[in-house]
Amino acid sequence: MSVTKMQDKLAVNKYDIDNDVHILIDEDICSRCEHHRCIYACPADCYTLENEHITYSYEGCLECGSCRIACDKGSVKWILPRPGFGVCFVYG
Amino acid sequence: MVEFDAIIVGAGPAGCACAYTLAKQQLKVLLIERGKFAGSKNMWGGALYGPVLGDLSPEFLKEAPIERYVKRRILSLLSEESYFSLESAVNNESPDVPQDGAIILRAKFDRWFAEKARKAGAILANGVQVEDLLWKDGSIVGVKVGKDEIHGSVVVACDGVNSILAQKAGLKAELNPVGVKQGVKEVIKLPLETIEQRFNIQGNEGIAWEFLGKCTRGLPGGGFIYTNKDSLSVGVVVQLNALLENKVKANDLLEDFKRQPVVARLIDGGTLVEYSSHLIPTYGVSSTSRLFSDRFLITGDAAGLVLGTGLILEGANFAIASGIAAAKAIVRAKETGDFSAKALSHYQRLLEDNFVLKDFKTFKKMTHVLENPRLYSTYPDLVCSLWHKIHTNDGNPRKSVRQLLKEELKGRVSWWQLARDLIHMGGSL
Repeated sequence: MSVTKMQDKLAVNKYDIDNDVHILIDEDICSRCEHHRCIYACPADCYTLENEHITYSYEGCLECGSCRIACDKGSVKWILPRPGFGVCFVYG
Repeated sequence: MVEFDAIIVGAGPAGCACAYTLAKQQLKVLLIERGKFAGSKNMWGGALYGPVLGDLSPEFLKEAPIERYVKRRILSLLSEESYFSLESAVNNESPDVPQDGAIILRAKFDRWFAEKARKAGAILANGVQVEDLLWKDGSIVGVKVGKDEIHGSVVVACDGVNSILAQKAGLKAELNPVGVKQGVKEVIKLPLETIEQRFNIQGNEGIAWEFLGKCTRGLPGGGFIYTNKDSLSVGVVVQLNALLENKVKANDLLEDFKRQPVVARLIDGGTLVEYSSHLIPTYGVSSTSRLFSDRFLITGDAAGLVLGTGLILEGANFAIASGIAAAKAIVRAKETGDFSAKALSHYQRLLEDNFVLKDFKTFKKMTHVLENPRLYSTYPDLVCSLWHKIHTNDGNPRKSVRQLLKEELKGRVSWWQLARDLIHMGGSL
């Protein structure tokens, strides 16, 4: 097996994507953050640094909760997706 | 208004075991699961060790969706150039004693387990999220679901590592990246025959394989492979703070791990069918941890009942045992009508008396040994290199093992440090 790209990895998972966002960040705080720990915390690459700005997506979230405890600046607001939504593991 | 004897939040191993035990005792039980079905939000390595499942019901061992039983356990130390393995196997023809370890996929197992609780009489509510505890006069009287209030004599938090309820009840502080590991895993589909050939197993035999060293670039953690029936669980577990401090992504380590020649051959030609991740609470439970309050109990991962006894992180067996213990304490409380913290403290006493908290005490030192950074790079490299050199004949007269060891240690670790580490490791056993 060759290296699998993140988007291809997440594409095999089953998701019921909600229109309600369950991740929020405070861009002001992020712009002042020197280490962007969220990038390394998220196993699904939901947080990316583009032109020195953190952008995020919630659709591929694996609901591990790492970003919630990794962010030490109080920017990331991660909550559980609404019931019935989010990732749905069929193997686990 | 229906008042439940127990509201159990989370239909994982702890919640299902608790709900099943209570329902069998004719108590009114509500088992709430936020996923579409139990198990749909859960993942692990992994294998279930110990007799807990059979303790609940001997039939469970026959009925449970078990992929394979652990026939062989392998620990491999990985370095850049080679790897060194220790392997053990049980000699019985057909390993089906639960002590050997049952390799399980959680989406199937938890769903089956929740169904068992439902059939025993518990009300199973899938796709329902508990947002908060319901309080009255400073005491927990139930849970809040949307605008609804559900009343119960006792609430059992089985809501996993990110337990919101344990925090709301004031029994747990916020998680800290130092106290948790992040696991990432791929499920890779392969034909059953291919798996049997590559791993030299047959029938219900399976393999639990752990890796230490290069697979985590020296960060505290390890890699693993478990053989499912017709797929492999391949993953990496790393201390979360180590990822953050070293600016490393767990998935990059997983990709490294898959590229290791020993692993690459095993997964060759396979198809990725799922990629998942989870946090593992490894902060440990000490004698000062309090797992109960008035009308409230915490179990399993929510209580931090995961033990690193070595490389294997055991959690599901403790989760099930804690779910059963919680149920026993609730049955007792129901008999007297007293659900106060004092009455429910029986739960923690049960955990102290059975293997759960005893194991935590026994292996307390072991968890400190696992903090030694040399365990994840220096020693795997050293062992691999030494072993390789002992067996290498390059035409020149060979050196003694002592001489080789001396050369290997040079620049890596002092004799003094090695002796200290060995004593430390030995003392922890």
